[in-house]
Amino acid sequence: MTSDINGAESLERAGLDETTWAELREIADRYPEKRSGLLPMLHLVQSVEGRVTPEGIEACAEILGISAAEVNGVATFYTMYKRKPVGDYHVGVCTNTLCAVMGGDLIFERLKDHLDVGNDETTEDGKITLEHVECNAACDYAPVMMVNWEFMDNQTPESAVQVVDDLRAGREVHSTRGPRLCTWREAERVLAGFPDDRADEGPAAGPASLAGLSIARERGWTAGAASDRAEGESK
Amino acid sequence: MTDTLTPVLTDNWDADRAWTLASYEERGGYAALDKAFAMTPDDVISTVKDSGLRGRGGAGFPTGMKWGFIPQDNPRPKYLVVNADESEPGTCKDIPLMMASPHTLVEGVIVSSYAIRANTAFIYVRGEVLHVIRRLQRAVQEAYLAGHLGKNIHGSGYDLDLIVHAGAGAYICGEETALLEGLEGRRGQPRLRPPFPAVAGLYASPTVINNVESIASVPSIITNGAGWFAGMGTEKSNGFGIFSLSGHVTRPGQYEAPLGITLRELIDLAGGMREGHELKFWTPGGSSTPLLTPEHLDVPLDFESVGAAGSMLGTRALQLFDETTCVVRAVLRWTEFYKHESCGKCTPCREGTWWLTQTLARLEKGQGDEADLDLLLDQCDNILGRSFCALGDGATSPISSSIQHFRDEYLAHLTHGGCPFDPAASTAFAPVGASA
Repeated sequence: MTSDINGAESLERAGLDETTWAELREIADRYPEKRSGLLPMLHLVQSVEGRVTPEGIEACAEILGISAAEVNGVATFYTMYKRKPVGDYHVGVCTNTLCAVMGGDLIFERLKDHLDVGNDETTEDGKITLEHVECNAACDYAPVMMVNWEFMDNQTPESAVQVVDDLRAGREVHSTRGPRLCTWREAERVLAGFPDDRADEGPAAGPASLAGLSIARERGWTAGAASDRAEGESK
Repeated sequence: MTDTLTPVLTDNWDADRAWTLASYEERGGYAALDKAFAMTPDDVISTVKDSGLRGRGGAGFPTGMKWGFIPQDNPRPKYLVVNADESEPGTCKDIPLMMASPHTLVEGVIVSSYAIRANTAFIYVRGEVLHVIRRLQRAVQEAYLAGHLGKNIHGSGYDLDLIVHAGAGAYICGEETALLEGLEGRRGQPRLRPPFPAVAGLYASPTVINNVESIASVPSIITNGAGWFAGMGTEKSNGFGIFSLSGHVTRPGQYEAPLGITLRELIDLAGGMREGHELKFWTPGGSSTPLLTPEHLDVPLDFESVGAAGSMLGTRALQLFDETTCVVRAVLRWTEFYKHESCGKCTPCREGTWWLTQTLARLEKGQGDEADLDLLLDQCDNILGRSFCALGDGATSPISSSIQHFRDEYLAHLTHGGCPFDPAASTAFAPVGASA
């Protein structure tokens, strides 16, 4: 790593455009210590390059004043960073125990067969990258599939096939409790801390999230409050 | 008498556009700030101590006590870091909370940061939940614009900056010191303690790391009082918590109740196990907490009682499996997860999880022999308690508990020459009445 190189030369060397360099620096500047920006910076690299590229690694290293090997060590540790090009839609099927038992294994098998790809492979048209993922904190909606890290709840092999077919055909697909799906690169940009305009899309909560609350509403159950519950009331 | 369900954190999830500042403020949101600012920071800490709030991320350490460990005479900046890296298999409470009501968390962050005298706070949220991150980003932006964050909040003279930080896929970053490594732009590997984060955490400065649900509970404690909170729950496990039911139950979902509710009560509320089936085994608090069986249905779900039953309350991630589920398959899959997520720092965990997987995979295929069960337990014995963090310990929980409760089922794989179960029967889309 050559930290004495000036901006213009490094720009040429590291192939990223000026806007990306500026945004990478902007991320680093959000933090009390610049290196804290590395994870979101690598998300930004993926949004621009479609994967973590050597050029992106060099750029992060130069901005943070650390070696490319150190950046590489981080980029290879976290599973969301990809070294191979990712398709427009990253489809992750949860095959951790609960989802697997509830049907995730069968969904994953069906999608591999339907898309004619293996785990962590991309369809020939560059549209879909299929991967099995670990628990994504939506177990009450099992079996769960993630598309570009949006929830697709309560899937079946048939519904999962429908989702990937729609995506490949360019039809608009919505998360089952979220917004219209964006592309993987657009998603990575949000993860880098550059919000898009979809925060207000989708509901506050899906049906399972409201299961207990609905019962409490029906039965008039509450946690009380200081106004109607004496402090220290006996248990 | 406390009601069976006590919606506090979940109480506004059915409100129109609950995630917006307008909706949150309409229901009294951000009123806890002025009440807290009228108190000294030490009084806020005392209130949280008095409430008996214990960490909702699994370990159950008293939150107020943790805050009290911050050395206020240390001249370095203090930091609050919210652990929003919810990844423990079965755990699914923080994600819907942040999706539906991110302002509850933001308000909690402000009060908690004020208490520990931090002027910078972070929410470390796992990267694999895009819409949750959008909602957090928007909530923080709205809070800045409304003067709840930034300089001189509500004219109190108190300043706070809050940064939403997306992770990049690593279960281990739910471990608090690994999380700090991730937040410092490094590989997420746990640190040796001491020093504890309260003394030398983020950037070697005094740092409090709390779970989402812990921090989100703080505004309600400030608003309603420590006695109100302590009036719910059991003797040493005060207050309410979100119980997450998943698996073979009629209505899986989130049920917010006082600590001490039983699984029997929760299953009843959730409409029973799915039609025609019965409970076989369950986790009380994620895959790292030893499996329990129907004989534990009446164990009060609080820290002490679940511990006494041989498991841990953990994150109240109640994964329920009925008789169509092969316990060996379930345990093998969890073991593969720990193998994948071991950070590689400590040899017993890094190597041991591979050994466990190989031995289990052989058994699941009906190969090997009964001595392999003792081999598994011996491997567990060489992992448990021998690494920096609890990941390796967690890897052993499903194995040792399943051998304890379901030894015969392991043996059945050997006599059957493979798994005797039909995996299709356990799926959510299996025809009613299908059996293994």
